[in-house]
Parts: sequence; C-alpha cells; structure tokens
Amino acid sequence: MEALIIILQAGVGTGTVLLFATLGEVFAERSGVLNLGVEGMMLIGAMSAYSVALSTGDPWLGVLVAMLFAGAISQIHAFISITLLADQVVSGLALTFLGTGISLVLGEGLSKAGAVSLLPTLSVPLLSKIPLIGPIFFTNQSVMVYIGYLLTPLAWYYINYTRPGLHLRAVGEYPAAADALGINVYRLRYLYVLVGGMLAGLAGATISLAVSPGWFSELTTAGQGWIAVGLVIFAQWDPLRAAAGSYAFGALRRLILDIQGPTQLFGFPNPFYYNPYWGFFLQMLPYAFTIIVLVIGSREAVRKRIGAPAALGTPYVRGERGV
Amino acid sequence: MRKTFLTVALLIASLALVLAACGPKPTQAPAGKTGPAATEAPEATEAPMATEAPEAGAPEAAGFQIPEIEEGKFNVAMVLIGPHDDGGWSQAHYEGLLYVEQNVPGVHVAYIENVPEGADSEQVFRSLSRKGFDLIFGTSFGYMDAMETVADEFPDITYIHISGYKSNQQNFGNLFGAMEDMKYLAGMIAGARAKMDGNPKLGYMATFPIPEEIRLGNAIALGMKKTCPECTMDVRWINTWHDPVVEREAAASLFDAGAQVVFTGADTPTVADVAQEKGKWGITYDWVGSCKVDACLTAPYWNWGPVYAQITQGVMDGTYEVGWHYFDADSGGLGLYGFMEGQELTKGMQDLPPEVIQMVRDTLDKMLAGEFTRFDVFAGPIMDNQGNVVVPEGEKMQQSDLDQFPPGAPGLECQYCMYWWADGITAELPSLGQ
Repeated sequence: MEALIIILQAGVGTGTVLLFATLGEVFAERSGVLNLGVEGMMLIGAMSAYSVALSTGDPWLGVLVAMLFAGAISQIHAFISITLLADQVVSGLALTFLGTGISLVLGEGLSKAGAVSLLPTLSVPLLSKIPLIGPIFFTNQSVMVYIGYLLTPLAWYYINYTRPGLHLRAVGEYPAAADALGINVYRLRYLYVLVGGMLAGLAGATISLAVSPGWFSELTTAGQGWIAVGLVIFAQWDPLRAAAGSYAFGALRRLILDIQGPTQLFGFPNPFYYNPYWGFFLQMLPYAFTIIVLVIGSREAVRKRIGAPAALGTPYVRGERGV
Repeated sequence: MRKTFLTVALLIASLALVLAACGPKPTQAPAGKTGPAATEAPEATEAPMATEAPEAGAPEAAGFQIPEIEEGKFNVAMVLIGPHDDGGWSQAHYEGLLYVEQNVPGVHVAYIENVPEGADSEQVFRSLSRKGFDLIFGTSFGYMDAMETVADEFPDITYIHISGYKSNQQNFGNLFGAMEDMKYLAGMIAGARAKMDGNPKLGYMATFPIPEEIRLGNAIALGMKKTCPECTMDVRWINTWHDPVVEREAAASLFDAGAQVVFTGADTPTVADVAQEKGKWGITYDWVGSCKVDACLTAPYWNWGPVYAQITQGVMDGTYEVGWHYFDADSGGLGLYGFMEGQELTKGMQDLPPEVIQMVRDTLDKMLAGEFTRFDVFAGPIMDNQGNVVVPEGEKMQQSDLDQFPPGAPGLECQYCMYWWADGITAELPSLGQ
C-alpha cells in the first residue's frame, strides 16, 4: 500500500506534464485543427523556461516566456493550415522539426548552466491529511500539479457548458453552420491553436522547472508530446479522461522502476525482480500504446464512434460545402 | 478522400513517434562510461579545431566537415558520439585530448562531435584517414567495427578504440580502464555513511545488463561489506547511459524504497540533486566536476589525459604496443573525488570514522602505486547473494572473468565469469538460457 501511494504520488507529479500537453491538444482538435507539433512546442517551452529562469532567477517569468514562445510557434501552424489551407499533418510534423531545431540551437550549452531557482513544492494543509487521497494528490507536489487540478475541471466545464465552449465545438464539428451563425471560424481556430501551443509550452516548462529540472536536449521530452497526441484520442477529446490518462501514464513511468524492488508480488515471485528485461518491456508500453491508439484512431468508423470532432483535420473554406 | 487522408495522417504520426524513439539518443553501448580529466578545459582560444556536425558544406563524409591536419606535426583526431561539452562521457575524452595537446610536444589535435555509430562513423574514420591523421581515437562502443574496417585500409595509421573488445594487434587497438578500483573504494565510503546514519541500505542505478555494469556493481558491494557487513544494496535497471529524466526517476525510486546512499552507473550527476531533495546521499560518476552539491558523497571519475598522452607519445616513438590495453589506477587515469591531490573531503565524508577514511586512503595509495589492482578487488573469498562461493580463498579473478559472461569468447573462456551479484545485493540476474 505504502509502495502504491509512492508510485501514484510520483505519477501525478510527472503526469502533469502530459496533462497540460493533452489538454492543449484537446482544445486545438476540438476546434478542428490537428496539431502534431506538440513535441516541438514542448521542447521550445522547456528550453525557454529553463533559460529565462536561469538568467533572471525568476521561474514564473520562465513559465510565462515558455507559454508565449510556444504559443507564437503554434501560430505558424495555424497560418499554414487555417489560412493557407495546407495539410495539417505535414504542417504539424514540420512544426515538431522546427521546434526541436530551434530549441536545440537556442539551448546549446544550457545543460551545464547550473542550478536554477525552481518552482515551489507544497502540501495543502487539511487536504493532505485525508487518507489515501491526501498523500497522493496533496503532499509535496509541485505548484504546477495544483494548477493542473484547477485547469482540468475548468477546461471540462468551459468546453461542455459555456457559450464560447459551444462555439468551439461548433467550429470543430460543423464549421459551415458555425460560420452561418456568425461565428468567426478562422479566428476561433487560430485562438485554440494558440491555446494548445501555450499549454504545450506550459508542459515543457513543467518538465524543465519542476519535474526534472534542467535542459537535456531532445531527452527532456523524450517523445511525451507524441504520447499526448495519442492520449487525446484515448481520452475521446474529454479533459477529465485526459487527466486520468495522463496521471496513469505518469504512474507507469515510476512503476517500471519501483516494481524492480520487491522479491514478491501478490505472493508470487516477482518477474521484474528476477529479470530486468521485463522492466525494459514495460518501458516500451507508453510508446506502443500511442502507436496503437493512433493507428486505431485513424479508422474512420472508430473515429465516429469515439466522438472525434467531425471537421478534425479538414481546412475550412468559406462558401465550400461543409463536412 | 478524407478518410484516406486521415488514415495516412495518423500513420505518419505513428511513424514519426517510432523515429523519435529510435532516433537521437546517444547510445554508447556496452562498456564505456564517463569522466572528465583533472585539467580544466581552456576556453575557445586554446581549444582544438572544432568542427560542427550538421554543416552541409562538406560532402566528404556523410555531411560531416572533416578537420584539416597541420603539416610537420603529429596529427591526432578524436571522434565523439555526443557534444564535446556534454558534461559526461564525451567531455571527459575531449579534456583528455586537450591534455595531449598541452603535454605532448609536436602534436596537433582535432575532433569531430555528434558522430552516430555505424555507417556514418565509418565514413568519418575513412575521411580522417585520407586527410592524413596519424592517430585516431574513437570513443564509443559502436565505432568498433567501423574502426576495424578502416584500420585494414590504412595500415600506417593507428586507431585506438575505447570500451570495446576487438584489436588486430597491429594498428587497431582496444583501450579501457579499471573503474572497479574506484567503485570499490566508493563502496567503502557509502557503506560507512549508511551505517553511521543508522540506515544500512544502498542503491545502485544500473544501465544495461552487461559485464561492465555488473562488475562495477559488485565492486561497490565488495567495498560496502568492508565497512558495513550488515548493509544491502538495491538495484534499478534504467536501460540507458544518458537520460537525466529517467535517472532522476530511478534515483527517487531507490531513495523512496529506503536507500540511504545511491550510486549511479549513468552519465549525469542527477542522483546527487535528488539526494539533496530527499536529505540522503548520492554518489556521482564520470567527471571530477560532477560532485558539486552538499549531498554528493564522492565521485569515482575518469582522467583520460595521462593515458592518452602516454599512448600518443608511444605511437610517435613507435614504442606503443597496439593490442588490448586495460589500465589500472597506477596509470593516473582514474580518480576518487575528495582523495586526489588538491581535493578535500566532501561534507558527507568529514564526519565518517577516521579509520574508514584512513582505510580508503591506504588502499588508494596502494592502487596508485600499483600494489593493489582490479584483481585484488576481485580476490577470493567472494560470495554471491545466493550463498555460493564465486571465488575461493586464495584465488583471484582473471581479466577474462572480469569482462565476460559465461562461457566467454572461444579461446578466451572464463573460469568464474561476471554473471553473479555479490553478497548483499538485493537483485537477481535471469538465467542465460543455454
């Protein structure tokens, strides 16, 4: 039990990175724009957050710059795919390459730059005393984790129960109809791509300032941006499911290591103790999961059933027949 | 139309993920680890000719710009798998190269960084050879076969490969060092520290299940038992040489499972940062400069400079025998942070029992004098963690035992081999399935 609490506590901490990135992509995709540039935007965020925090000594300024920088980069994708009507997949992939390249060049020499003032870690008074829930969610977590707790229900409520949320969904489901109702499809799509970019930047900043302080080139994100893209499909474009999935994946990262410790599991000899190769197999799972979800999610019939935004991936041209 | 488009789209995305996972990680396969030299890296003015990897202008070798030689000098080139300032493996070698430049007269040095293993590296080695370099160091395990091939084509050039196991005994040589000496001493310190803190538990973050990692882990445990017979050591496999994010998680995993002192077998000093947060102790590796935070107990590190200088001078004079070169502490190529000349005991070592510090100093002195080697570290009686005698009293392991799994290479079979965990290590190895 004690061991499980440790794993889940760590999972919530590291899963917050995935949470921000996934939430951001949920917004972008709900508006109809698939953005495969999450990995690149996260790297931009991680690099700029660490760099700014290092030079100014203010981690919050780092977070802000990370969100602005990643948001700005996301607008390249918005311009190409929304205004120029180009293929969203190609543009998104290009954005990942661009973001990776920019962050590597600007982050050159940053890795050895030394310690940096990090975002604070805190326990919530009262709430941390609740059995089980307290130690997992409210004890010694980074302030970013708590921001995640606030952001998730807000996003869920916003998308499902507010007027702007309704517009967002309309733009992603049936842009022609939304347009006819006087909703500016282009402007909204730009806006939510921007939101997605800023949240990806926040995810990157969460790594480099809280979860794993420092800048380690591509290893900083190590494919988490792609996992986020897969999680969006798995979460069926729903913020609450996105949170559950993100925390579960965070916990899996830690489980892979902790499970090597005990000699027995549930009264049986622990295979992960007796054979390290089993642990390596577990390490592969998040990536294997993402590939499987992306492949399954690419089937039209499945997509309809799991509730993909109907206009996802389709550029909107005013006057042409809608979806 | 749209259906096809999206199917293709997401399949491309999956492919990108696969590529991202397989692509850019610097893999130094079995054997090699890290640790910069004692000399500080002088800045730009003194630095050898740097060549940026991604420069497109030089079509000669898979997009790598090949540095020029200097006529009339003995030209030494080094090929690095990562950036020269990675703070780890590559930086250690780079600083060793600077040492050669400063200490061997008549030498010109150059390096190429970020060279991937495999076909690209063969191109790079061949191009360097055509330029006319006289001595070429390759510092990653995966350069081994490429160097062997190129060495056959250029019999007048000497190639030294670090951390592999092949040599043609003419112009392609193998080089590595007995880091187990320093890990053994660090084990003594860690054991004493854990015992004194009243929590006799250590942790070892291991990279890959290869002889080197098992040997170093066992050396730690043998040292640990000298100062803390009741101590045990937990193991976590991380399946990477260099991934600071994973290293951080593994360190946290070991500390949370109760470890008082955690060793890393990987590249970065992350383990000490985590120790600082947890109020425990970490032992870094690779680099003399890696032991910075208060929670860092000590660091076994590499000091390639003197070794490279000796080899360079030897090749210049025609006295160096190309073959399997495995150096011990008396070469000056190994260090233990806090005990070498000009260093002070770290905060965590200052209040350890003086007799422990004295024992470490005495053993280290013997090592530096060549009176205590890796074969003395692995001298019987040695028990494994299953209660079996691995090496009986009065016997010692041979080199073939230290770096091979059973049964060993044909013609080089090992007697005891390196496929066991020492007494006190709470971990297992899977059956080799013969």
